[in-house]
Amino acid sequence: MPPEMLLLAALDGLAYGSLIFLVAVGLSLIFGVLGIVNVAHGSFYAIGAYVAAAGVLALGAAGLPTWLAFPTLLIAAALVGILVGGLVEIALLRRVYGKEEVLQLIVTFAVFMILEDAQKVVFGVQPYFANAPMNWLGTVEVFGIFYTTYQLILMPLVALAVLVGLRFFLRRTSFGRAIVAVTQDREAATAMGIDAARVYLITFIIGASLAALGGALASATTSLTPGIGAGTLVLSFAVAAIAGLGRIEGAAVAALLIGLGRSAAVYFAPEFDVLIPYLIMMVVLLVRPQGLFSTVQTRKV
Amino acid sequence: MSGVILEADDLHLRFGGVQAANGASLKVAANERIAIIGPNGAGKTTFINLCTGYLKPQSGRVVFNGQDVTRLSPRAITRLGVGRSFQIPQLFLDNTVIDNLLLALSAREGSWSPFTPMLRHPKAEEMWALLDLVGLKETGNRIVRELPEGMRKLIDIAVALALEPKLIFMDEPTSGVSSTEKFQVMDTLTRVLDARATTAVFVEHDMDVVARYANRVAVWAGGRIAHQGTPEEILNHPEVRETVIGVGV
Amino acid sequence: MARQLVFGAALIAALAVFPLFSPWSTVILTVALCEGLAALGIMVLLRAGQVSFGHGLFFSFSAYAVAFMAAAKVGHEALVLIPVGMAASGLLAAIVGLFVVRYRAIFFGMLNLAISMVFFSLLEKLFSITGGADGKRVPRPTFAGVEFGREQFELATFYVTLVLCILAALFVARYLLSPGGKALEAIKSNETRLEYLGVSPRKVLYGAYLLSGLLAGLGGAIIALVSGHVTPELAYWVRSGEFVFIAILGGIGGVAGPFLGALMFQIIRGYAAVYAPETWHAVLGVMLLVIIFFAPAGLYGIVAGKGGKAQREEGGR
Ligand SMILES: Nc1ncnc2c1ncn2[C@@H]1O[C@H](COP(=O)(O)OP(=O)(O)OP(=O)(O)O)[C@@H](O)[C@H]1O
Ligand SMILES: [Mg+2]
Repeated sequence: MPPEMLLLAALDGLAYGSLIFLVAVGLSLIFGVLGIVNVAHGSFYAIGAYVAAAGVLALGAAGLPTWLAFPTLLIAAALVGILVGGLVEIALLRRVYGKEEVLQLIVTFAVFMILEDAQKVVFGVQPYFANAPMNWLGTVEVFGIFYTTYQLILMPLVALAVLVGLRFFLRRTSFGRAIVAVTQDREAATAMGIDAARVYLITFIIGASLAALGGALASATTSLTPGIGAGTLVLSFAVAAIAGLGRIEGAAVAALLIGLGRSAAVYFAPEFDVLIPYLIMMVVLLVRPQGLFSTVQTRKV
Repeated sequence: MSGVILEADDLHLRFGGVQAANGASLKVAANERIAIIGPNGAGKTTFINLCTGYLKPQSGRVVFNGQDVTRLSPRAITRLGVGRSFQIPQLFLDNTVIDNLLLALSAREGSWSPFTPMLRHPKAEEMWALLDLVGLKETGNRIVRELPEGMRKLIDIAVALALEPKLIFMDEPTSGVSSTEKFQVMDTLTRVLDARATTAVFVEHDMDVVARYANRVAVWAGGRIAHQGTPEEILNHPEVRETVIGVGV
Repeated sequence: MARQLVFGAALIAALAVFPLFSPWSTVILTVALCEGLAALGIMVLLRAGQVSFGHGLFFSFSAYAVAFMAAAKVGHEALVLIPVGMAASGLLAAIVGLFVVRYRAIFFGMLNLAISMVFFSLLEKLFSITGGADGKRVPRPTFAGVEFGREQFELATFYVTLVLCILAALFVARYLLSPGGKALEAIKSNETRLEYLGVSPRKVLYGAYLLSGLLAGLGGAIIALVSGHVTPELAYWVRSGEFVFIAILGGIGGVAGPFLGALMFQIIRGYAAVYAPETWHAVLGVMLLVIIFFAPAGLYGIVAGKGGKAQREEGGR
């Protein structure tokens, strides 16, 4: 493989890792607080992507300036998180907290089935492509290779901002501290007067918005087709699993690893593109069999 | 005293900032009744967890019947003949009481034929008899989840006894039992243990029970034995009276 | 128990005579039974509190095994192809099981999903071997040495399937009542105590996994024969999700549940094809939620007229 290809693969991996980080950190956050692995998480990514793409295309059709696309991506992500995520939490998840794990899995799986079809109904099955924001930012040259500014700089920057922002939010703000308190000891936190129901709802919305943000960012770089949700779920689960529960920095590292691994694999065997998330996850779990939310604690008996 | 059946030697285990076992050692001779006493957090349960394979020590070793079992799983140690009941009963809550016992029986007998319903196990009567012995025969067909904590504790012990262990660890066997019934429960248990020549190590907070049913007492503090001796010596030991029993001299 | 036996017998009798009056239903009913078999396998795992989003793997593996053998004219005989296909899936489950029984809950579900999706991709991409997305045709084999016409073949296959389903259901019912079945439930309720009984939860789950793979494999082998065609779709996660749906819809309280669920599933599919062809998985999702929240014991719980819990103790039909 020529060195330029290697570099290209690495840059691709960085961009892709940034996206996966956004989705995975949302999944991990939700698991940490609610104790539920949200199988429908990939759908938030997909819906975020579609809504953002639709918004950007509408901007273009209305002849508005292209820079408006960037706030549109953010707004799309927040809207999806609040409306779709909020609805799912209030209508369904609320009813299964503390129930059998298998029940929670099946409920979020049902949500996944519903949202996958909902996308097809709302957005159709034709590919969506809204790359105006990416083109608008132009390209940069790295060692003789031209790469889009959007992927090389903007996407990693957003991921970094989310990483730093989340850390700050969880450690320095009172609501963030309340989330951490609920994660560590639900009962004690409730006794201290923290409204656990509100913490759950807002955490879920934040997590869902992060997934949607990942999708919104991705929408400018790739054409959207039905079914992107499933692969994303698997990849983000793999990242959350490697990193360990609630490990935000860990998720960043894991996402980067998986992003690089994936883009390398894509360069080697492009026809097996869809297979790669699954293979990565199998390898990860094979290597770390203890159940990966790494702080494995023996149950007190 | 006959031969040593279990020897725990200098066990260490640290959880984050807590040294839960800090040089814990104990020799158990066959047919002894050893009571472990000590304040909350002294590391009594941790010691049982280490001896039965649930936790692995960072250093030290456990020898049962001449065999090093330090690194074995609870499963393997159980099969060697070490039984255990839990501070918080560990039962199959959605099953009936008799189902809990019959599964223990099936495990002991290795009866895994998929064609024979467990309720029709050829030795099922033995389990009903065991239930009767601990005074819980009427609850046999009840779902465990519906029963009060005190009964669950007894069932938990009965499940351990169903395996016919040579040595049994019991973690606070009387803690859920009302004070008026404690002696009755302990009388029954002692009878069963005597009849089967089962050695027992039990954690106990009630000093009356200790005085009456133990023939040796180990005082736990800070993850190790601080004192040991006969119940008489220990319960009259001024330091123990102050720190553990909470009565000044 | 008596009520359950009567109910089971009624269900079998109804199934046995139905195709005689309405020949169009033969294939649909056979397909339902095949999916019921796979769902029965899911139900076994659900007893241990585990859910697999990837049993399409075993369903499709035996189906493709049958397709390859039939195409290669090896054992061009239905009564050979079915057990061999089933055994192939059993073998695969024996290998995959070594790996997956070490995991629980979401890890178990996702790993099964991942492995089945790898297989799905292989089926799609290795065009020269598998025929890619178009799949493979399965030439109609002989049946007990006889070259049947299409209708007789379908009818004969249906009755063989019905008998196999009854045998499988009876076996699973027995197994669930046996100590092994109780140990399986113990994985859901308390693995610690199971360990302290000297029992290996992994071994117990491994046995159940093997059984579930065999059941899905049996269903897949038969479906390849009756539909005369196999495609990668048999391995897709949506298919695996349908098995979970069927098991929950039917109820896991008794072995008749998955078959009831599978019959209902065919009815829903029939209506959905007319009224909601684009959104039919969404319909399934909504129904899944409705069952979980309003009828957690499933159809079986409703028909058997018992709460979910009490009948769970009985295990059988
Ligand atoms: N799995 C664990 N993880 C972290 N810390 C633990 C764990 N198990 C025990 N500890 C800690 O180790 C110390 C000893 O606990 P242990 O349960 O052995 O005490 P104990 O003597 O049985 O007390 P009690 O009388 O309250 O049952 C305690 O500080 C406890 O918090
Ligand atoms: Mg204790």
